Order: sequence, then structure tokens, then C-alpha cells
Amino acid sequence: MEAGSLTTRGERSILERSPRSRAIDPLLRWTLTGLAALILVLIAFFFVRLFIEAKPAFDAFGYLGFVFDNSWVPSQDLFGALPLVVGTLITAGIALLIGVPIAIATALYVTELAPTRVRQPLVITVELLAAVPSVVYGLWGIQVLAPRLQGAERWFNDTFSFLPFVGGTVSIPNYFVAGLILAIMILPIVSAISREVMSTVPTEHKEAALALGATRWEMIRMAVLPYSRAGISGAAMLGLGRAIGETIAVTIVIGNAPDIGDSIFSQGYTLAAVIANEFGEAASDPTHRAALIAAGLVLFVLTLVVNAIARYFVNRAERPAAVPKGMAG
Amino acid sequence: MSATGATILTPVSGRRRRADRTARGFVLALTLIAIVPLVLILYFLVREGLGAWSADFFTTDPTGRFLGDPGGIRSAILGTIEMVALASAIAVPMGVGVALYLVEYGKRSAFANAVRYFIDVMTGVPSVVFGLFVYIVLVVTQVGGTFAGWKGSVALALLMLPVVTRSAEVVLNLVPGSLREAALALGAPRWKVVFRIVLPTALPGLVTGSLLAVARAAGETAPLLFTAAFVLGVNGDLSQRMNSLPLQIFNDVGQAQDRLVQRAWGAALTLVVLVLALTLVARLIQRRSKLA
Repeated sequence: MEAGSLTTRGERSILERSPRSRAIDPLLRWTLTGLAALILVLIAFFFVRLFIEAKPAFDAFGYLGFVFDNSWVPSQDLFGALPLVVGTLITAGIALLIGVPIAIATALYVTELAPTRVRQPLVITVELLAAVPSVVYGLWGIQVLAPRLQGAERWFNDTFSFLPFVGGTVSIPNYFVAGLILAIMILPIVSAISREVMSTVPTEHKEAALALGATRWEMIRMAVLPYSRAGISGAAMLGLGRAIGETIAVTIVIGNAPDIGDSIFSQGYTLAAVIANEFGEAASDPTHRAALIAAGLVLFVLTLVVNAIARYFVNRAERPAAVPKGMAG
Repeated sequence: MSATGATILTPVSGRRRRADRTARGFVLALTLIAIVPLVLILYFLVREGLGAWSADFFTTDPTGRFLGDPGGIRSAILGTIEMVALASAIAVPMGVGVALYLVEYGKRSAFANAVRYFIDVMTGVPSVVFGLFVYIVLVVTQVGGTFAGWKGSVALALLMLPVVTRSAEVVLNLVPGSLREAALALGAPRWKVVFRIVLPTALPGLVTGSLLAVARAAGETAPLLFTAAFVLGVNGDLSQRMNSLPLQIFNDVGQAQDRLVQRAWGAALTLVVLVLALTLVARLIQRRSKLA
């Protein structure tokens, strides 16, 4: 230290930092590390607390019994969540069937077909759908969409009653309306990620297809879609995760009937909706409360699995080495 | 091999051309369908919502009476602003802090990757589950009473945290490494590099990400349902039950009363204007940013 000091102010070289300045560095570093560690602690705590609170319900009905028993009757303290699980899967399934093709088409149009001038406005328009709050979708769904759709639903129901899950009574709030609202709600995210993935398709692949005489559509089919298949699957799975967890909009338009409806036009219930809807009455009944928390836990695990699969696909698509088989080289 | 240019460049057959045109038309049609819901939602929001707007609408509280004047949404607007402000005060510093750790210190270490993974997990957690968690931890245990505005804020903050962190990480990564190296080479300590170089450079992007998170939190209903509960009057005290716009709408939708439903439309238009304004400001700031 002495050797290097040119001028000294007291005992310290002017090239050396003040003790205060030196103390701040580790302080900042460990504060930030602590914050990051807090996230891990928080999630662990989150999971454990949910599990402890849900335990009474699992003890009473068994893990499988809780998920697969078809009896949700709070007045008799019966809590089998199958109607909720089925409702969640039906609505999310309808949302994917309607929403994903439209989202992919939008992404294709924006990245491959649209004139440059309309691209940005189109992207912004679709993104705007994400800015509309869930409760507003619910309000619009029950006040505008559901009553107006009823005629069409009746006609479809009568004409195609030979199809499975069609026929019977048509109620105003139903699985289909909920699925349709969810389809609109997942559109922005599925479209945004598909777009991102499609924009990573190498220009060489596309130009090669065009140079061989392919039409635009053949180019899309031969170069764009195979390359981005994994990413699009990931996008759809992320949409599925959103659709499963969506609460308020679904609560408003699904009718909240804890039975498995016999058609897609009957009232139903979902895991998320049951929590939002029955919490008020459950506050005083410990079993009911535990059952709702258990429903939350099932929902949590379900979204966790779906999102993990989604992330696997999206990550694979974003790595440049992840060229699908047959396209490599 | 007497192939002339004409035979090599065979024109695209009619069938293929038709397939091309049909497929492109189909894609365009689906894209147009995607725009329809937005147009319809905005149309009905404006048509029904403007009818409900009046000076009284914004300056009176809901009365809770089924007959007579249902009142306005003043307490809901103030409640939303208060709770979202507190939630941002928690989530923004924390989220930016975690992102700073990831970019400046953690980098590609196993611990940093674990944190990244769990931030992603948090993004996927349904908002209603966050509400449930806060209910279990803070409301059931009666920490400072039962339902309270600040508990709603905590639930919203949990929701915002992953959004803020992810966007902040992206922006901080865009700060050129050469800026950091230049400062370090001049003898600046790490903390000074962070506060004087990295944060100011990334500021517009950080603000954009935070505002988008705020916009998302402002529209959330489910986490408030069993944390801040519902109340009619204005309440400046975050330790009491608090009203909010989404909750007001949710309550009014369920009523079989035209005037209450109309108030729901008015409140919904207010909420959407609020969220869109935040989104717009966020985008404008992003456009002015020098990064990216």
C-alpha cells in the first residue's frame, strides 16, 4: 500500500476509496441478493401455506377424491371438485379451439402477408385487447354477447343436436360464452408469441422456398410453419394457462352451477370462479374454506404444469439450434 | 435436354394459384375477425358508459340503496388509485432491485437462474390464487383487522412483481456493457456505476415496464375480492376496507337493476380510459428511450 501511494491525505492514498464508499459495495450487493432470495422464500412459503390450509379438505375427501368426485354441495359439506375441473377444461378447450387459429392467422398475416403500412397498427390493435380488464370482458360478455348469441346458440343446438355435447337446454350464461370470452382474452398473448417466433424464421429459408417457385402460401407452409411449430405450441400452452386461471370474466358469464352440464350451452362452474364466488359464504365454515383453498391449489398446480410445458416449447423455439428435424443443415 | 427458358419458368398452375389465394384470403379473414371483438367492446363501452357519466357520477359515493339514486363511483376511483399507488411503491423498487441483482451480480449463476425460473412461475400464477394467499396469510390471521386496503395492495404487488422484474431485466440488459466498463475503468465503485450510469440510462424503459404493470394491476378484481373487500364510502385509510373500480363493477353486474348495470358501464369506461391512458404514456416514454 505504501509503495503505491503518491500523495497521502492523512494515512490514505487518494487513489484509494473512502471506507464508506467501500462499505456500500457489499451492502448493495447483499441487499439485492437478499431481495432475489426473498422471491424464492416467498414462493416456498406461498406453496406451503396454501397446502397447510387446504389439508383439511384433502384429509376429508382424499387427494383423488377431492379432484374426481362429482359432488360440489356446500350445504351438505360435500366437496368433490370434478364439476369445477371439467368446467375449467371445457371452457379452456373452447378458448383454445377458437382463439389459437385466429391468433396464428393474425401473426401470419402481420409477419408474412400484410403491407408494411398496416403492420404496426394491426399489432397495436391486437395488443389493445390485453389492456381491457377482465371484469370489463365479463360485463360485456353478460350484457352484450350472451343475450345476442342466444338465438344462434338455439339454432345450432337444434340443428346439430346429433353431435356429442350439443342438445338439451340453452341457458344465457354457459360454457360456450365463457370459452368465447376466454378466446378473446388469450388472443393477444398467443398472437404476440407466435409473431415473435415467426419473425425468427431465417430469411434464407423463406427466400429459398420462393426461389424454387413456391407461392406465398406454399412458402408459409414449407418454411414458416414447420420452423415455428414448437414456438406456436408454446404460445398455445401459455394461452391455455391464462384461460385456466382467468377468474372474474368467467365467474360473470358461466352461470355458476356446480354440476357438469350436459351440453356446451349449459351453465357450469370453474375452479377459479368457485373461489371468487363462494368465498363470502365460506368465511365461517372451515371445511368449505379449506375446500376452496384446495381448489386454488389444484388450479395453481394445473397452471404450473401447463406453463412449464409452454416454457419448454418456447425456449426450444427461441434457441437458434432448435431447427426442426429435416430442416437442419 | 432441350429445355428452353420458357419450360423452366412454368407459370404457377391454376390450382396452386387458387390454393394460394384461398389460403391468403382465409388468413386475412381470421385477422379481421380478431379485430371485431375490440371494436364491439369499445363501441358498447362508449355507448353505454358515456350515458352513465355525469358530474355527480364522479363526485358521489355509491349509496347501496336499491331504490332511488344508486350514487356514483367516487370512492371506487379513489380506492383504486390509493391501492395501486401503494402496490407500486412495494413492487417497483423490489422488482427493479431483483432485476438489478440478476443483471449486475447474479448473471448466469445457478442461483440467478433459479430466481428467473421462479419469477416466471409467479407470472403464471392466476391472480385469484394470489388473493387467496394474502387472505390466508394476512386476513385470516387478523393482522391489523380483517379486510384492509393495504392487504389488497400486497396482493396487487405480488401480481406486479414478476411483470416489473422481467421488463426491468430486459431493459437493464440493454445498457451497453461499454458504459459500465468505462465508469469502472475511471475508478468508479460498483454502486456508483449502478446508481449513476446503469439506472439513469435504463430509466425510461424501467418507467415503461412499471407503468404497464400498474395498468395491469389497476384492472385486477380477483385479488381484491377477499383482501380489500368492498365498502361504499370514501376511505382514505388504507387500514380499512376499501372500494375499487373493478370490485364496484363486479358488484353492479350481478344486480338485476338497470341503473346499477348502467353504473357498471360508466365505471368500466372510467377504468378502461384509466388503463389505456397508462398504457399510452408507457408507450410514449418507451418511444423516447434511447435504448433498443
